[in-house]
Amino acid sequence: MANSDIKTHPAFRSVGLTKVYGDGPTAVHALRGVDMEIPSGEIVVLLGPSGSGKSTLLNILGGLDRPTDGQAWFQNTDLTAMNDRNLTLYRRDHVGFVFQFYNLMPSLTALENVELVTEISDNPMEPSQALEMVGLKDRAHHFPAELSGGEQQRVAIARAIAKRPTVLFCDEPTGALDSQTGRSVLRVLRDVNQSLGTTIMIVTHAAATAQMAHRVLRFSDGEILSVEINETRLDPGEIEW
Amino acid sequence: MVSPLNRKLLRDLRRLKTQAAAIGAVIALGVLLMVMMSGLVNTLEETRRAYYDRYRLAEVFVPVTRAPERMIERIAALPGVAVAEGRVTGSALIDTPAGELPIRAQALSLPDPDKGQLNQLYLTAGRVPIAGHSAEVLLLDGFATARGLVPGDQFAATMNGTKRTFRIAGLVRSPEFLFTTPPGELVPDDARFAVIWLPRADMAALYDMEGAFNEALISLMPNTVPASVIAVLDPMLSRFGGTGAYAQPDQASNKFISEEIRGLASTSQSIPPIFLGIAAFLLYIVVSRLVQAERGQIGLLKAFGYSGIEVSLHYLKLVLVIACAGATAGALGGIAAGNAMAVFYQAYFKFPFLVFQVDPRAFVISFAAAIFAASGGSLFVLRRVFALTPAEAMRPPTPPDYSHRFDPARSLKDWLDQPSRMVLRRLTRHPGRMGGAILGVACGMALSVSTLTMMSGFTRTVDLTFTVMDRSDMAVTFALPRSTNAVYNLRRVPGVKSAEPVRYVPVILRNGPHSYRGTVEGRPSSPVLNRVIDEQVRPITMPPRGILLAQPLADILKIAPGDIISVEVRTGRQPVLQLPVAGIAQTLLGAPAFMEIGALNRALKEPGRVSGAFLTVDSDQADAVAAAIKDMPAVAGVSRKNDQRDALVRIMNTGPGSVRFVMLAVAAIITFGIVYNAARIALAERSRDIASLRVMGFSKGEAAFVLLGELGAVILIALPVGLLMGRGLTYLIVKGFSTDIYQIPVVHSPASQGLATTVVVLAALLSGWLVKRDMDRADMIDALKTRE
Repeated sequence: MANSDIKTHPAFRSVGLTKVYGDGPTAVHALRGVDMEIPSGEIVVLLGPSGSGKSTLLNILGGLDRPTDGQAWFQNTDLTAMNDRNLTLYRRDHVGFVFQFYNLMPSLTALENVELVTEISDNPMEPSQALEMVGLKDRAHHFPAELSGGEQQRVAIARAIAKRPTVLFCDEPTGALDSQTGRSVLRVLRDVNQSLGTTIMIVTHAAATAQMAHRVLRFSDGEILSVEINETRLDPGEIEW
Repeated sequence: MVSPLNRKLLRDLRRLKTQAAAIGAVIALGVLLMVMMSGLVNTLEETRRAYYDRYRLAEVFVPVTRAPERMIERIAALPGVAVAEGRVTGSALIDTPAGELPIRAQALSLPDPDKGQLNQLYLTAGRVPIAGHSAEVLLLDGFATARGLVPGDQFAATMNGTKRTFRIAGLVRSPEFLFTTPPGELVPDDARFAVIWLPRADMAALYDMEGAFNEALISLMPNTVPASVIAVLDPMLSRFGGTGAYAQPDQASNKFISEEIRGLASTSQSIPPIFLGIAAFLLYIVVSRLVQAERGQIGLLKAFGYSGIEVSLHYLKLVLVIACAGATAGALGGIAAGNAMAVFYQAYFKFPFLVFQVDPRAFVISFAAAIFAASGGSLFVLRRVFALTPAEAMRPPTPPDYSHRFDPARSLKDWLDQPSRMVLRRLTRHPGRMGGAILGVACGMALSVSTLTMMSGFTRTVDLTFTVMDRSDMAVTFALPRSTNAVYNLRRVPGVKSAEPVRYVPVILRNGPHSYRGTVEGRPSSPVLNRVIDEQVRPITMPPRGILLAQPLADILKIAPGDIISVEVRTGRQPVLQLPVAGIAQTLLGAPAFMEIGALNRALKEPGRVSGAFLTVDSDQADAVAAAIKDMPAVAGVSRKNDQRDALVRIMNTGPGSVRFVMLAVAAIITFGIVYNAARIALAERSRDIASLRVMGFSKGEAAFVLLGELGAVILIALPVGLLMGRGLTYLIVKGFSTDIYQIPVVHSPASQGLATTVVVLAALLSGWLVKRDMDRADMIDALKTRE
C-alpha cells in the first residue's frame, strides 16, 4: 500500500498526558503521563485491555474530555488550553466520531442523522454522497430501528465523514458487529482514509484490526507499552478474527 | 426546509406523546381555570354595568313616608343630581290556595311611559298595561317562572288592607330586582317573593299617595359622590318621614350580586394560581427527569460540535412546545368554559343579555407561568448536564458510592427479600428524587382534600344554620312592630308548641370611616329557638348592655370587643346610639348584629315591641298553623325553615358555589396526572433494571413489584403529607369562597379526607395497572440493549 499522503507535521502530539478519575484511595489513573506523536493521514490502531486508557486518550484528543495534567496538541493548537467554546468549534470543524453502539438519533432517518452534522459544518459533502460512500444510498430513508447493526455503524461513519473531518475517532467501531460485518465497516474506514486523507484513530480489543493500520499503539495500565509501524498492511477483507 | 434537529424535536414529541399529553393537560387545566374564572368575572361585571346603564338603575334611593310631588323638583335642583323621579311603593300579600303560605310582594308604580327615565323595565312576555285597565299589572319574570304564571293569568292580592284581583298583562325583568329576598330573610328566593308593577294612579289610590310619593329615585351627574347628595337629602326629607337615603351599592339586589361577583373574583385570584403553581411544579419534576434521560443524546450532540446554547435551545423548544400547546388548549378551553359558565350565570343573575369580556391579563399571566415553569425546570437540569464534558455525558452516570452510607436495607436483610430491599434502597438512596415524587402526589392529594373539605364546609354551613342555630320550624314577621301580646296570641294558636320574639331594626353601623347598612336583631337574653353561637359552637347569652357583632361585620367595621360603635337607627325616632361592642358571634349567613331585645327596645324608647317570632309547631298540624297565622291581621308573612334551607342549598349549588364542582373535577384530574406521571417516570428510569431481573429469572409479577412497590411506598408517604398540605390549602380556598352573604367554615371531616385518600389510591391503582401493562408488553432484550 502506498503512503503517499503522509504529511510531515504530526496530527497529534502529547506530553505527560494524565487523567485521574475520582480522588483519594478510590482514584483511578486512566492515563499516566502519555507522550506520543501521530503523523497526519495515518490509520492508527490503539490496542489494549479494558481500562488501559485508550478510550480516555481518544476522548481527550477528540475534545470530549479534559486531561488532569499534561498537554496535547492538534497540529499546532494546544487542545488542553482551549475553553469549552473553542473545543466545540474544534469538534465541529475537524473531528468525526464513530462509537461502538453507533449512537444514532433513533428519531431521525439515516439521511437525517447525517444532515444533523452537515448542517453545522462549513464545507460538508452532500449527505447522500456520504451514505453512498458507505454503501447505504438506498437505505437513506430508513430509521435506525430498521437497519442492521452493521448498517447502523456505516450510517454512523457516514455521519462522521460527511463534514470532511481532519481526523476520525472510532471507539470500538466493530465491537458490536459480527466478523463479516466488521470487515465491511473496516473497509469503509480504509476507503475514507485513502480517498479523503483523513487521519483515523481506532480503539479496539480486536488485535487483528492492527494488521490494516499504519501504526499500532499498545496500551497497558494507562501507559503506551509500544509503538509499531506496519511496513505492509492487510486489506480489511483479508483480516481474520 | 426543516432542520434535522427540529425533525428530531417533532419525532421526540411523538415518542413522548403520552407523557407530553399528561403534562400538557395539567398545564391546560391550570390555565383553563384561570382564564375561565377571570373571563367570567369580567363578563359578569361588564354585563351588570351595561345592564344598569341601559336600564338606568337609580344611583340613590330615597325612601320617605309620604312627601308631596313638588319635593321632586327641589331634589332635582340639588347640585350633583341629574334626574329625580318619585314613585309609590308598598307591601302586598298574594293569595295562595288553602294550605300554602301567602306570598309576600312589593308593589311599585310603573315608570311614567312618557317622562320616566329611571329603573326601566325589560319586557320578557306580554305587553305593558293599557292605561285605564286598572286591573292589569306587570309581574316580575323570575317569580312568574318559579310559580308557572303567564300573561293572561289572574291572581288576588291584598294591598293596604284591600283585596283585589289582578290580570297579568306582561312579565318583566328589572335591574333593581335581579335577586329578591323575602323580608326578614337573607337568602334570595324567586318563588317566595313577588314584585308587582301597577300604573301610578292605581298605586296612588291604593296606598293613599295622590299627589305624593314615598320613594324618590335619583341619578347623579358624572363624578358626583353619592354621600355628598345624601348628606343634603336626609335633613331635607326628614320631616316627610325619610328613613335615610342610600346609594346603589347598598341596594339589596345589587348588594347580593356584588357579593357574588366579589366572591367569584376573589376565588379567581386565589385558586387558579394554586392550581397553576402545582401544575408548574409537576412540570418541573417531569421535565427534569426527561432531560436527565436524554443525557446520552445531549453528549452526542456536543460531540458533533453543537454548542451548549444550541443544545439547550433544542430541549427548551421541546418543553416550550408542550407548555405552549397546553397553555393554548387551556386558554381556548377557558374561554369556552367561561362563556358556558357566563350563559349559566346569565340565567342565574337574570341578565337580559351578556357582554362577553375576556381578561387579557389572565392569558399573559397563565402563559408566562406555564413557560416560566417549563423552562425553569429544564434549564435547572440542563445546566447540570452542561457542566459535564461530552465524554462524561455519553457515559452512564457513575454509580454513586454508597459503601460508607447508612443502608437500612442491609440492616433489614434478614426480614426483607431482595426485591423489597431494592425498593427500600431506591427510596433511601435517591431522597431528592423520591421527595419530588412524594411532594407531587401530595400536592394532588392536597388539591383533592381542600376541594372536598370545602364541599363539607358548604354542608356544614347549611347544618349549623338550620339545625344548631335556627331550631324553629317557622318564622312569622309582622307588618309593623307589635306589642309582645302578639307573641302570646301566636302561642295560643293550636299546634304551636313555643314562640320566641324577635325585633328587627334597620340601622347604619359606623366605626370611623367604616360603615355598614344592616339590621340589629333583638333576641331574648337566652334564645332557645334561634340561637347565636360563638366560634366553639356554644350558644351565646345576650349581654344586658352593648351589642354583639357577627364576625364578618366586625371585620368590615374593623372593630373589636370593648370598642364603641355608632348605631344610626333608621326607623321611628331615628336615634343615634353609642354602644359598646360586647362580643363577636359566629354566623355563617349574613352579617347581622344582635342585642338583648329589652335593651334594644329601651334604647329605641319603644318598650315591649316585637317584629316577629320564631315558632316550633306540631309537625302534624303545620298546615293548619300556617293557615291560621296567615289570616291574622298583623302578619306580613310566614316562612317555613325548610323553604329557607332549600333556597340556600339552591343558591350554593347553582351560584358561584357551583364552581367548586368544576374545581373538584380539575383536582381529581390533576391528581391522576401527577400519579400517572410519577409511575411512568419510574418505569422509564428502571426499565433496564426490571429487564435484568426478568433475564435473571424473576417472574413478571416479581419484577413489577420492584417498580410498583416503589410507587406504593411513594403514595403511602404522600397520603399523610397531602392531608397536612390540604389543611393549609383549605384555608386559602375557603377564604376565597366566603362572601358577605355566606361564610364557609373549615371542616376537616373524616369523610372528605377519606374520599380524597380514595381518589389518590384509585389513581395509583389505575396508574399502576397501566404501567404494569406496558411493562409486560416490553421486550426484555430491547430494554437491555437500550443504552443508559
